[in-house]
Amino acid sequence: MATIVVDNRSYSVDERTNLLAACLGAGLNLPYFCWHPAMGSVGACRQCAVKQFKDEHDQRGRLVMACMTPASDGARISIDDPEAKAFRASVVEWLMVNHPHDCPVCDEGGECHLQDVTVMTGHAYRRYRFPKRTYHNQYLGPFIKHEMNRCIQCYRCVRFYRDYAGGRDLNVFGSHDAVYFGREQDGTLENEFSGNLVEVCPTGVFTDKTLFHHYTRKWDLQSAQSICPHCSLGCNTTLGERYGIVRRVVNRYNHQVNGYFLCDRGRFGYDYVNDDGRMRRALLRPKHDRVSQAKPEGVSEVLASAADRLRRARGIVGIGSPRASLEANVALRSLVGPDRFFLGIGERDHRLFSTILTILRTGPVPSASLREAEDSDAVLVLGEDLLNSAPRLALALLQSVRQQPMKRADELKIPRWDDAAVRNVVQGRRGPLFLAGYRRTWFHDYATENYFAAPDDIARLGFSVAQSIGTDSPSVPNLSKDVRDRAHRIAEALIRAERPLIVAGTVSGSQATIEAAANVAWALHLAGKHPRLSFVLPDCNSLGLAQLGGGILEDAFQSVRHRKADGVIVLENDLYRHADSAKADAFFDAAQTVIVIDSFDHRTTARADILLPAATFPESDGTLVNHEGRAQRFYQVFVPEGDITESWRWLRDLARMTSDPAEKLSGAAAWQTFDDAVSGTAEAVPEFAKIRAVAPPAGLRLIGQKIPRQPERYSGRTAMISHLTVHEPRPPHDPDTALAFSMEGHRGRMPSPLIPQFWAPGWNSNQALNKYQDEIGGPLREEMPGVRLIEPVATKAPLWFTRIPLPFRPAYRRWLLLPLTALFGSEELSNRSPAIAERISEPFISLHPSDATRLRLEEGTAIELALQGTTCRLAVRLESSTPPGTAGLSLMHEMGFAQLPTWVDLTESIKAERRVA
Amino acid sequence: MIVFAYTRDLLLGLWIVFKRTFTKPVTVQYPEERPYLPPRWRGRIVLTRDPDGEERCVACHLCAAVCPVDCIALQAAEDPTSYDRRYPEFFRINFSRCIYCGYCEEACPTYAIQLVPDFEQSEYARRNMVYEKEDLLISGTGKYPDYNFYRVAGVKIRDKDKGGAENERPPVDVKSLMP
Repeated sequence: MATIVVDNRSYSVDERTNLLAACLGAGLNLPYFCWHPAMGSVGACRQCAVKQFKDEHDQRGRLVMACMTPASDGARISIDDPEAKAFRASVVEWLMVNHPHDCPVCDEGGECHLQDVTVMTGHAYRRYRFPKRTYHNQYLGPFIKHEMNRCIQCYRCVRFYRDYAGGRDLNVFGSHDAVYFGREQDGTLENEFSGNLVEVCPTGVFTDKTLFHHYTRKWDLQSAQSICPHCSLGCNTTLGERYGIVRRVVNRYNHQVNGYFLCDRGRFGYDYVNDDGRMRRALLRPKHDRVSQAKPEGVSEVLASAADRLRRARGIVGIGSPRASLEANVALRSLVGPDRFFLGIGERDHRLFSTILTILRTGPVPSASLREAEDSDAVLVLGEDLLNSAPRLALALLQSVRQQPMKRADELKIPRWDDAAVRNVVQGRRGPLFLAGYRRTWFHDYATENYFAAPDDIARLGFSVAQSIGTDSPSVPNLSKDVRDRAHRIAEALIRAERPLIVAGTVSGSQATIEAAANVAWALHLAGKHPRLSFVLPDCNSLGLAQLGGGILEDAFQSVRHRKADGVIVLENDLYRHADSAKADAFFDAAQTVIVIDSFDHRTTARADILLPAATFPESDGTLVNHEGRAQRFYQVFVPEGDITESWRWLRDLARMTSDPAEKLSGAAAWQTFDDAVSGTAEAVPEFAKIRAVAPPAGLRLIGQKIPRQPERYSGRTAMISHLTVHEPRPPHDPDTALAFSMEGHRGRMPSPLIPQFWAPGWNSNQALNKYQDEIGGPLREEMPGVRLIEPVATKAPLWFTRIPLPFRPAYRRWLLLPLTALFGSEELSNRSPAIAERISEPFISLHPSDATRLRLEEGTAIELALQGTTCRLAVRLESSTPPGTAGLSLMHEMGFAQLPTWVDLTESIKAERRVA
Repeated sequence: MIVFAYTRDLLLGLWIVFKRTFTKPVTVQYPEERPYLPPRWRGRIVLTRDPDGEERCVACHLCAAVCPVDCIALQAAEDPTSYDRRYPEFFRINFSRCIYCGYCEEACPTYAIQLVPDFEQSEYARRNMVYEKEDLLISGTGKYPDYNFYRVAGVKIRDKDKGGAENERPPVDVKSLMP
């Protein structure tokens, strides 16, 4: 720690930081533009000028840029010095010279960093009387709106897009006072993290186009913490709602998880909540009638009918969901009983999830948070296409490759925040990142070595890396020299690292790659390293569901087939995504009563006798367990219209109505509030005991008050519904959390999950986050970053996985069909958002050029592939990264279920072949 | 002495009454006779149009934010025919809550919302005090005849391309290296 003196008051700060971050961390107001806590300083905007003095006798001092000056011990500076103030006022005046008169129609207005700084420096009147510079805008795709006139040339966008996120198609063009930030020509921004430009840009050059379509100011948004439901990483988000419509998603800082950035699927996938086709009423189909449409009925009639049918049923099976909260799944388990509760995932997924759980529970190596992934200094990815299945992890790994080269900067005594200097030292050098997979993306350009092979070969590479690290792990027979050399190189790099990370996942459907990853990590552990493991799962609560435990979907089918049960309750799950269509059809045909609780229509709801509209994530409270085993809480943002209510409440009502009236209510039937649901969940499985500590209980009051979801300036309170009624009803009551649907309540310090949105006096932009941290880039004050439910026992001896697959051999006339996920298109919820839908590419099959020649197919040929009873239209893509003898099949929503990987005779299954005109 | 003081006050009062007997009464025969209200009188709220006849309101939400009784609710909507021009999809003022403070007019950056010298808003039913955009929008420019926000703003609209606003240079040619 260093002590610095600012305006004659001393503060103790971290000496590894710069004066700007130190001042902001100390709670002082110092304007800035180009500096960003995650991206460091470049000293471009000259806005953070302060006066530095040699010692206490120095009266004159000199102006320095706070962001470029280390916070060394004894530094004396003045923010309030008249000369420094005048300097900062001049800088902002220059920056505003060409700024257009746009604030009323600018989407950034009200949360604009430029507005904040202009007010902070006191620049109120325009003195410049000459014509303003203007620019043409570009079309940048469905996510981002471009308004170049507003640019102040801080270079944050290109520094984020190119240097931080690895994008290539945004750049700075032009010269002198006419530089232009955009693409070479109009077109969609291709990078998976382009949405962060909205938050990185200090003014309104890049704004959220999805927000533009239903624009609302920041001060009018009713907000609360949410957890992104679109992949397994569990990034924290803040959702904003107005008039019953979710208006936007912004990043929510969680020091342990997503930090400052989100991916585009997480940011723009929220519109599924606003879908017009959503179920809002409880629906009922007449008895013994499977043909007519389900009709809306009163909630009590529907529930009574459901309870009646359930009471008469021979037995009830409950099918849970990896995209429903823990509480909802536990409520269902409590209603049907643990032995009749099924996880709602197929055999393949169940096997993979169980393997991952076993590795995390019994092995000595812990899972890595995203933060730890970012800090790791050598990474091996086995078989996972991170950019498409867990993009935020890929972004973390893009930072991890800088860890080793940055040591050179440390040796040269260049502080890490000095971004330009560090990049100069690092040059093109990258730390070890080994990617093994079967599909090439731009992320592979950042890897030390890429290995494209079939999953079995990838697993063999993993096993041989483990063997090269430590002799204890099982040996791999019949290794080719190439793979052995490769494994040696990888093993050496991992051993040389201090914090190696091994990543694997479930996308390829290969258990062997997961086991190989565990072996590598365990071998490193025995070698005295501190490795971490990271497993990518398909859905937001996949790991939590696996922890809960239960039978698989096939078991549920069997119990209905064997007439052990004829009542079915499906919780937020489309079974056709997890099982063969024919089997699912047979299952629903055999069942007498099908009750489906979900929020939108899909093939499973079409088979339901009774449909109960479930609340989506922003309409309910719940707990999710992310890929590392971290339980996190999401909060209700608004009260939905219609019969919509939380799934656990529907299940609670069903449990109440089916339970014996003579007996005392037990289990989920006795739940009253969300806290009861949390307690019930904590008791369901020993591992869940800690979820009570994930977030504060509903009874929490700060200075006797709840915490308002609405900002202080929330407008229209007395006019929002006055066209319906002039009597102003009480705001909805929230019995479930310490938050209120109101403007009134406590606005001081609070535990981090309860912060509605980041705002501080004078800091209307998202940069207000600095006011919630003691140390910039560190944890929030009173941070509750979620609770890790699985912690390893480091002393445990690893139980090596010994099932080493045989090398992959291409078969004659048969191809191994491998699943390919897509960032836009593979995930169920985000697909329903119009902006995401616009980015979904057409489904394709990828083939190695040599295979394509054998099949006489060309790039772009449209084919029809018959697979497991369904036919899908695909375009052919020739990719040399696809291993020969395999074919990659893009997993698109409309394609239904396909049990991949599987062997297919492509010469047979490609039915109709047409040339693209 | 007290008697003298009382008598004096009594006579003084009588004198004032006597004096007023011959002056003109101040009572105005409202509603037959209308009082003069200055142009800046803070009465009924209207939404005005710019000199081109387009709605002035750009749905910036500032009036709603500044309203101390929160009686303004609106929603922004894009104009399908004009790139960045924005309109209020609905604009509602609950006059039964309005205190006619005029903050909304002060906050309005486009002179769209104006308070006019009309105070006659009595109704029997409170719901009749809720005014929608159709009720608020007038066809004139109100107190500010010349101002047209989009002529000074930098955004592109239907009949004004980039660089076409007042005091603007034509758009930069990024490919040029000329100083």
